[in-house]
Amino acid sequence: MTEFFQQLINGLSVGSMYALIALGYTLVYGVLRFINFAHSDVFMVGAFAGMYLGRGLGQASVGGGLLVMLGAMALCAVLGMLIERFAYRPLRNRSKLSVLITAIGMSLFLENAGQLVFGPNPQPFPATFPSRNFDLGQVVISSKDLVVFGVAVVLLAGLQLLVLKTRIGTAMRATAFNPQAASLMGININTVISFTFGLGSALAAAGGILWAYKFPKIDPLMGIAPGLTAFVAAVLGGIGNIPGAALGGLLIGIIETFVKGSPWSTWSEAIAFVLLIIILMFRPAGLLGETQPEKV
Amino acid sequence: MKRFSYLSLPLLLAILAAGLCGCKPSAEESAADSQIIKVGEFASLTGSEASFGQSSHDGTLLAVEDINNAGGVLGKKLQLITEDDQSKDGESATAVKKLISRDRVVAILGEVASIRSIEAAQICQQYKVPQISPSSTNPKVTQTGDYIFRVCFIDPFQGTVMAQFALKTLKAKRVALLTDVGSTYSVGLAEYFKAGFTAGGGQIVDEQKFTKDDKDFKAQLTAVKAANPDGIFIPAYYGQVTLIALQARELGITVPLFGGDGWEAPELTQGPGAAEALEGCYFSTHFSPEQSAPRIKEFVAAYEKRFGAVPDAMGALGYDSVLALVDAMKRAGSDDSAKIRDALATLKDLDGVTGITTLDTNRDARKPAVILEIKGGKFVYEETVNP
Repeated sequence: MTEFFQQLINGLSVGSMYALIALGYTLVYGVLRFINFAHSDVFMVGAFAGMYLGRGLGQASVGGGLLVMLGAMALCAVLGMLIERFAYRPLRNRSKLSVLITAIGMSLFLENAGQLVFGPNPQPFPATFPSRNFDLGQVVISSKDLVVFGVAVVLLAGLQLLVLKTRIGTAMRATAFNPQAASLMGININTVISFTFGLGSALAAAGGILWAYKFPKIDPLMGIAPGLTAFVAAVLGGIGNIPGAALGGLLIGIIETFVKGSPWSTWSEAIAFVLLIIILMFRPAGLLGETQPEKV
Repeated sequence: MKRFSYLSLPLLLAILAAGLCGCKPSAEESAADSQIIKVGEFASLTGSEASFGQSSHDGTLLAVEDINNAGGVLGKKLQLITEDDQSKDGESATAVKKLISRDRVVAILGEVASIRSIEAAQICQQYKVPQISPSSTNPKVTQTGDYIFRVCFIDPFQGTVMAQFALKTLKAKRVALLTDVGSTYSVGLAEYFKAGFTAGGGQIVDEQKFTKDDKDFKAQLTAVKAANPDGIFIPAYYGQVTLIALQARELGITVPLFGGDGWEAPELTQGPGAAEALEGCYFSTHFSPEQSAPRIKEFVAAYEKRFGAVPDAMGALGYDSVLALVDAMKRAGSDDSAKIRDALATLKDLDGVTGITTLDTNRDARKPAVILEIKGGKFVYEETVNP
């Protein structure tokens, strides 16, 4: 039984990481109806930004950790806006396929530029947040798990509030609903889309820092594997839907962990994907997604 | 510019024709070319096992420089041509093909990771170019064919050494295994350890698996913890071992972790908490710079002078791989690939920095293993085990 609870904690911890990354995919998809494949590489840039900022920090502390995280988030927000401005905006009125291919190109560009700038070898990530273990009888909770889970919950709730309760959130939803109509109502579409990319990229940076804090070896290709899993999580939960991304992330994290701790450990990804297929067979729009007629 | 291209076109065609009919470059070659012997090396200079490739390359380079400074081989200088396989499976075959077909090297040196040495071995065997792996320990490497050699011990020996060490020194009766299923090295070493350990009366209480891209090992480690072992054997490469050790300690697993030569890299204990997590853990390898033999001291001093770092096993074996090649060339009296192969097959009592190398009929070396302990983030010499 203790093993079950320990695995549940492990699963929640890695699942909240997936949830955080999945939010970025879902946010951009929700507004622009396109999958930003460069998201997982902005995640990587976030981790490296955190590494450089963290080295200057010295001693690990909660305040310092938050400072590093905010710094990396700001940097990546700017990076995300630049990517949108120069790579995606010129193609906004072209076919969806052109933007999709550009996103894949942008992803490859960031991965290779990362190898050039940061170096291709794995590097240790400095201590940002302090870490401690809490021994609850037989179950051990690391402060890393708590930080990851806490930050994910706060960002998730903040994002939901922002989208539902603020003016910019309303503008985002209006743009998602109908860009032409929204612009006729006096909404500056460019600002809204730029903001969405900035927000999504800041979330990716937060995810990157937490990932590096939990697994302190980072390299320029570190985003590929978690990015793919998080994308699956976003689709599973219903892409474009914020609570859906969170649910999908947690679900995939928990399933993956339980399979990995069993004798079928090497099947963990296969089982996650089979599950995805089964769920999509019964709920094509994902667990919490709403089916909409696709505009072609 | 235009004139240049007109002039160079026939030249280009001539070169192409020479290449196509497979003529051996002979008298027409410039004098400088006949004074050098081209030796190819492929290594993981970048990527997840970069530490291995860089150390191995430094050792190889130092040996080539030493040989050349001492007058070269057969009156010629050695030229080392190095390719980086980026620690990626699949890249080593491309690198070796390029070295053989474009650079026309007479022999190939490399690699550390068994899976990439095996890939290259298939190409070397096909083109009949001798390959010497400095430090791949999986038996399958030299089983690829009669052109493939190595200057280190093999995993059946290393697995037995660690099994005996676990039973006698660690007094462990119950051991759990954590294996990288995508790595030939890891799967092989785990198997030989298991055989040796159970034969010696030990019990394998749990076997967990992971893959190359995994960063989260908590699921497997939670299962291992539930099995309550006296020690955990992790035959993996250093990059993942650090993460495994950190996560094991986070889960409150306090038993010693131990592994093979894949652990040996300064990166193993780098990063927050890594040195503490691995304190009192052990691994087996080929060489320790702390050994007192004069030959080793001399090598360590030369290596430190050249690269500003203490050599590890990969550096020392890289050095010895060149010594083995040069010894074969001298005995063959030729730099012809087939003759080098025949001479390598009878390599005997070569005095290198990792001990005396004699190749057996499987083209493998029988050599002592060294066990190192991790203390304060450093690797401390523990004992030598003779075969």
